[in-house]
This record gives sequence, C-alpha cells and structure tokens, in this order.
Amino acid sequence: MSYSVTAPSSRTKLFSGFVVSLYAIVTLAPLLWIIATGFKSGQDSIHYPPKVLFEPTLEGYVNLFTTRTRIPSDQAPKEPSSMTWYEEIVNEKGELIAGPSKYGERFLNSTVIGFGSTALCMLLGTMAAYAFSRFKVPLKDDLLFFILSTRMMPPIAVAIPIFLMFKNLGLNDTYLGMIMLYTAVNLSLSVWLLKGFMDEIPIEYEEAALIDGYTRFEAFIKVVLPQAITGIASTAIFCLIFAWNEYAFAVLLTSGDAQTAPPFIPTIIGVSGKDWPAVAAGATLFLVPVMVFTVLLRKHLLRGITFGAVRK
Amino acid sequence: MLQAFIDKLVQKTPPSVSNRVSGLSDKKLAWLFVSPTILLLLAVNIFPLVWTIYLSFTNYRVNRPNRDVKWVDLRNYERILTDSDIWQTMQATAHFLVSTIVLQVVLGFTLAFLINKKFKGNDLLTTLIVLPMMLSPAVVGNFWTFLYQPQIGLFNYMISFFSGADPSSFSMIGDVHLAPWAIVIVDTWMWTPFVMLICLAGLRSIPDSIYEAAECDRASQWRQFWTITVPMVLPFLMLAVLFRGIENFKMFDLVVQLTGGGPGSLTTLSSIDLKREAFEKWKTGYSSAYAVILFVTVFGLASIYVKALNKVKDR
Repeated sequence: MSYSVTAPSSRTKLFSGFVVSLYAIVTLAPLLWIIATGFKSGQDSIHYPPKVLFEPTLEGYVNLFTTRTRIPSDQAPKEPSSMTWYEEIVNEKGELIAGPSKYGERFLNSTVIGFGSTALCMLLGTMAAYAFSRFKVPLKDDLLFFILSTRMMPPIAVAIPIFLMFKNLGLNDTYLGMIMLYTAVNLSLSVWLLKGFMDEIPIEYEEAALIDGYTRFEAFIKVVLPQAITGIASTAIFCLIFAWNEYAFAVLLTSGDAQTAPPFIPTIIGVSGKDWPAVAAGATLFLVPVMVFTVLLRKHLLRGITFGAVRK
Repeated sequence: MLQAFIDKLVQKTPPSVSNRVSGLSDKKLAWLFVSPTILLLLAVNIFPLVWTIYLSFTNYRVNRPNRDVKWVDLRNYERILTDSDIWQTMQATAHFLVSTIVLQVVLGFTLAFLINKKFKGNDLLTTLIVLPMMLSPAVVGNFWTFLYQPQIGLFNYMISFFSGADPSSFSMIGDVHLAPWAIVIVDTWMWTPFVMLICLAGLRSIPDSIYEAAECDRASQWRQFWTITVPMVLPFLMLAVLFRGIENFKMFDLVVQLTGGGPGSLTTLSSIDLKREAFEKWKTGYSSAYAVILFVTVFGLASIYVKALNKVKDR
C-alpha cells in the first residue's frame, strides 16, 4: 500500500466508526421495536418499563388476520383437542374467531396496484426515455421539465379534480383508476432515471446494428433493452416502492374494494381498543419487503432518490 | 428473465404488425414512443390542473351538485389571503420546513463526513442507516404514536432514562409546546439519511489530489475543511435541501398519522388544512383556490432556489 498524506489515521477511523454505529443503533431502534412488538402479547406490548426480553407469541399475527368477539358466557367451551393452534391462542384470551379480517385483501390490493402501475410505468417510461435519449424530439427540454414539474404539486391539490374526474368516470375505488394514477405519478421518475441509464449506453452499438440491417425498432428491442436491463430493474423497484408506500391518494380515492394497505393498517383495532401487536404485525409484513429491496438497490439508491441528478 | 420475455414477445408478434412498427422512420418512432407518456400526463396531471384553476373562480361544492355554479371572480383568493387561520397553518408549515431542514443538514453532513473516513464496515452501516427513508410514512408515522405514548412508549422511556424525568409527565403529541417538535423528530429520523447520501456523493467527488496539494502548502485541517470540503460539497447539499424543501412543503401522510394536525391546529400543515377544506367541508371552489396558491408558492420558491443553485454550481 502506498503512503498517503490524506488517509485518515486509525484513531480518526475508530472514532468515526463508533459515532456512526451509535447513530445506526438509535435510528434502527424504532424499526426493531415494530418487529418485536409484532411478536408480543397484548400485555407485554404495553408493559412498563418497556420489555426488551419477552416470550414471543403469534397472537399479534392471529389478531391481524382475524376479527374476533368475546365468548358469550352462556356458550359451552369448545373441546381443546378439536381446536387449531390459532383458535387456541384466541381462546386463551376469552375470545372467539368471528371471521377473517380485511388485511389479506388490502395487502393483495397493494400488490396488484403496485405491480400493475409499475409494469405500465416501465412500458411507457422505457419508450419515452429511449426517444428522449436518442432522437431529436421538438421542445425536448421543455417536455422533460414538464414531466418533472408534475411531481412538485402537493398530492392533495391534484386530488380535488382527480376525485371529481374519477367520480364522473366511475373510477373511484377501482384498480384501474389507482393503477392509472400511480403510473402517471411515477412516470416523471421513470422517464428521468431511464433516460440517464440509456444515455450511458454507447450509441455505437445501435449504429453497428443498424448497419447490419436491423431497423431502428429492432435495434431498440434487441440491442438497447438488454443493455439497459439493470437500469430498468432498479427503476422498476423505485416505482414499486413509491406505489407501495403511497398514502394521500389512497386515503382519498379508495375506501373499500381497492383500498391499499397504508390507509388500512392505522385503522386496525382489537376487541377492546387499539391492538398494538396486531398493528405492528401488519406493519412488519408490509415494511420488510421494502427493506429487502432497499438492500438490493443500495448501489442505485442515490440516483433513484434524486431523479438521476446525482450519480455515483 | 426480462430478456427471455422480450425474446418471446418479439417471436409472438405477428409479422404484419412487426413490419409496420419496425419499418417506421426515426421521427415517427420518436412520436410513437413519447406520445403515450405525454397523453397520460395531460389526462391525469394537466387537465386536472386546468380544472382546478377554473374551479378556483367558482363557488362549486361537490356535496351540492344541484346548486347553480356561480363565477365569483377572485373572491376565493381574497378570502384565503385575508384569513388569519391560514396564516397560522403557513407558520406551522414554515416552522416544520425550516427546523427539519436545519436538523437534517447538520446531522446528514456530519454523518457523511464521518462515513467518508472509510472505517471498516462503513458500507454496511450506510445501508442500515438508509432504511427508514424508504418506508411508508403513513405506516411508520402511525407506529410512532405508540413510541410517543406517555409511560409505555419507548421514546418517553428513553428520554426519562437519560434525563431522569418521569416518563408519564410529558406527552410529545398532546403537549402544545412539544407537538411541533414531535413531527420534526420523526421527519428528521426518516430523512437524515437522504441528506447524508447526497453529501457522501459530494465528499467522494472531491479528488484526493486537492487535499494533497493543500497538505504540501501546510494548510491546517480546519482551513482545508472550510476552503475545500465545504465549498465542494455545497452544490450537493443545496440539491438535497431543494428536494427536502419541496417534499416537506407537500408533507401530509406522516403528520396526519402522527398528530392529525393537533393539538388544536398547532401541527396543521398546509396540506392537512387543504384536505379538510376540500374533503371534509367540501368547499371545492374555495379549496381549489387554496391549492393554486400552494402550487404557485412551491413552484415560485423552487424556481428562485434553482437559480441560486446554478450560480453556486457555476462558481
């Protein structure tokens, strides 16, 4: 190793590492607390002082997926041997399972709307980005800025006319409406990011293909797309995460059939008041996929969150 | 996987279609590729915007569809700009905006500066620290109300553990002095990594040779920091502030879930206030004017800021 006058000393490194680790612990504590609370019993979750060590139970998860009622006093207790494990958990607290909760449906809605809008957004975004990257489009800079500026509006401000429009077209609380809306919101991100990725692909590849007798369209499909696949995949994940997390439009435009998980999770309650383990269980199932994606995306993270303005 | 899909798609396309598409001239292909995007944005963004502007001059109410819609000129705008409640929400928004940006810039820059010392495991720690900002603000904000519970909440417990105060003696969300800071704390927790990542990119863009030259000139560490590090990172930092500024001006989901705008209307930020006027009181015309004012404000401020940013960049 060559000697450098600018390399930090080992003491500096030790100190920096210590401070940053401390910050990481503090900043991750709330997330770990969500995951831990999901496995606590109702009593442990509201214990004072807060319990770090506890006996894990699936009570929160069972409560998340079911609706329950108190066992009426005149009803004969069911044979313990004929009960499933989740009925046993509920039974111990003097409750009966009345039916499934809406969490599964809401989670499914989030998945359908998230993946649907991402797919559509990638289709439109890739085409537009290719055109902006390779062709002389009239008013190119203005169009690109227009696409970006759509992101500056507060969602609530746009929601008023969209609410009216959807009401007239019968799109309120439908998959189609939400997929269209999220596609439009995400297009600015996908066009800007994908244009950046495509600008980085040397134009010589296509020129070679064109000389070989490919048409422009074939060159796009067979030469450019395969090269841009990493970029397309990471852009898709960003769009997916945005649609997955979105709350303002979801809470205003969906209430039943097409409601996604973010407006639903805060409304989870138990038989007697707020059921924090169930809320935490619902949040855990909802947040963990995003955490996994974030780790996978770490190399492109900066680019994604700045619309391609900063590249490493 | 995607590659296989594309291949299959190419094979499955009937020759008549593929010949017609693939034989297109560049100009036609460009239009074919750009127009769906532009059309969708016109339908879902521009058309609604024009409609909002129209509605802002009327007394229309969604919940009274049969009433005659009257043109009221600028009366909606007049009422909003002279309403003292709205100025209060603007103040709450400004407080939120300024405090979060200052805190995030200080913390984010410090963290980036330390991470740039390249200690062992800095990549792993960076990835871990970044996690909060990718999560759903509504879901996380909702859970923070649990952490903020007096007595049983983890946050209150930690504060009392280090300060000795009784954990049930204060309520971050219920107290008039603490609530504005409760939302600032959660936003800072979520978004400091954003500023940190951008600063880190800035720090890593400074070539070692500049520091080596400064070292040869015997410039002190302190001097190097202020004459090399800070000016070189400044454009990056300003970009981070722009993004955070626009995002927090629009802030809705996190704060709605945390405090619901309370206590009273202390943490009622502009977006929350607008939502109430539009979707609870159903004053559609009035709230459209409100929306236009907000949009013009954020657009205007952002444009001025971008000019300043470009000046710094060109320096």
